[in-house]
Amino acid sequence: MMPPPEANCKLVQHLGECKRDAILNIDTSFNETTVTAVASSIVNLIEFLKRDRQCRFTTLIDITAVDYPGRERRFDVIYHFLSMALRQRLRVKVGIREGSAVPSIFDIHASANWFEREVFDMYGIQFSGHPDLRRILTDYGFEGHPLRKDFPLTGFTELRYDEEQKRVVYQPVNLVQEFRQFDFLSPWEGADQIRADRAHENDE
Amino acid sequence: MRQDHQKERTFNINFGPQHPAAHGVLRLILELDGEIVERCDPHIGLLHRGTEKLMESKTYLQNLPYFDRLDYVAPMNQEHAWCLAIEKLTATDIPRRASLIRVLYSEMGRILSHLLNVTTQAMDVGALTPPLWGFEEREKLMVFYERACGARLHAAYFRPGGVHQDLPPELIDDIKAWCTEFPSRLDDIDNLLTENRIFKQRNVDIGIVTPEEAEEWAFSGVMVRGSGIEWDLRRTEPYETYDEFDFLIPVGVNGDCYDRFLCRMAEMRESIKIMEQAIDALQMTDGDVLARGKMTPPSRADMKESMEALIHHFKLYTEGFRVPQGEVYACVEAPKGEFGIYLVSDGTNRPYKAKIRAPGFPHLQAMDHLCSGHLLADVSAVLGSLDIVFGEIDR
Repeated sequence: MMPPPEANCKLVQHLGECKRDAILNIDTSFNETTVTAVASSIVNLIEFLKRDRQCRFTTLIDITAVDYPGRERRFDVIYHFLSMALRQRLRVKVGIREGSAVPSIFDIHASANWFEREVFDMYGIQFSGHPDLRRILTDYGFEGHPLRKDFPLTGFTELRYDEEQKRVVYQPVNLVQEFRQFDFLSPWEGADQIRADRAHENDE
Repeated sequence: MRQDHQKERTFNINFGPQHPAAHGVLRLILELDGEIVERCDPHIGLLHRGTEKLMESKTYLQNLPYFDRLDYVAPMNQEHAWCLAIEKLTATDIPRRASLIRVLYSEMGRILSHLLNVTTQAMDVGALTPPLWGFEEREKLMVFYERACGARLHAAYFRPGGVHQDLPPELIDDIKAWCTEFPSRLDDIDNLLTENRIFKQRNVDIGIVTPEEAEEWAFSGVMVRGSGIEWDLRRTEPYETYDEFDFLIPVGVNGDCYDRFLCRMAEMRESIKIMEQAIDALQMTDGDVLARGKMTPPSRADMKESMEALIHHFKLYTEGFRVPQGEVYACVEAPKGEFGIYLVSDGTNRPYKAKIRAPGFPHLQAMDHLCSGHLLADVSAVLGSLDIVFGEIDR
């Protein structure tokens, strides 16, 4: 699916040479190139990726984020690029803290508009310089950011049609039974766990 | 002389969310100057179900049926991307027969989707007959879906490691027979629309997309091919057995709504060619349709005799399988464009994060750009040619 490894290698080498100060790490597992970049220089880097003759990443495929609540830099913002001319793909990753903003790349890729709105809607990440950072997928007047790991699957509110008021009303969610998430720990691996615990006890 | 209160001002109207030409639940807020659209602000999310959030709490296999519900016009193409992502992370090779069946049903999905789009686009601009004719053929295709997996729409047929069940030989024969008669149905639709004066007046030179704009707005699929860029993932990044087949990639010249219509018509004929080749290959290939292993269930016969197989079956459908840690992006050429999955696995039986890249999302985003300066009546023509399905846009 991905370009042959030699092409990948060349791209990695080229990026390493030209943008050493903006790039923290380059990873090529699964035959995909992932660049971890510094948040402050992201606009510069993406501009370079679009213009440079050996990159030519003119199509922005997607922007998304991943939430790691345990980390100091809680969110990874992830950009996927495609170069139709050179048939190569690239993933750019930026780690940011909760509450800090990422510079918008709307001026470089017009398609970033809705992608950034979606990330804002789902994760609450601000994009500085975005012309119109409204919610996009959730309801008008929705509160919270659903794809954060600390947002419960069942949500906080539910909708109901009120016969007296003759309109749809929001009310706090009321579950007959708590949402159950089973941990299907495999018995074989469970046995390993018991063995490890015993060994630990013996050591003590 | 004009009085103060007669000052020129724009007129706002709501297009949808309940409009037959909105192809689902789209609310467009149109700012009109007379009959000319000045600004178009699409409000989406009326069909948002939180698929990505739900996926984080289900096992990999339980997540598969969610993909049927995205672009419900061509369900199996979506499942395909999910299977490819998992197979990439687990480094699974699927049997050749399974791969051929996947190609066959993916192309069937492409015809399902294009038939619906081409005919409803005609309906949006005033022609009522094409949908009636097109839906008859779609019905036949859905029967093929049903005979393969038991469901007309929500198939859950492509599974990580192959396809759920083998196709009976009679079904393959029937699909082959359908492939020979379908081109004449396509000719009928061709006769109705392609040189139709009203249809051309409504579509030619409407919603022109230049190749630069197509890249700028992250278009894919017919939206770039209609503008003359020869880009098709089946050719440029071949997956499954697409590199074995002989087919052409139709491209447009002007990038208007009419060229996109022509591209879709031509693509259906190419899909028939691929299906016929896949059937020929399928009739010569025997073997299993699942890569037997941790990800796939044991055969029924094994379960009757082997305790291990029985345990495996039980564990697979309760705990599910574990996918090694890592992150991948897998994409397929869905009928509407590049449909991709960005999957992050933390090594457990559930995905840590799954992002669905729906082709319709960036297409709809460009509505403001495409419609500004056009007449109000052109909005539905442009919308029709974008090939919008809200299942995948709102997720």
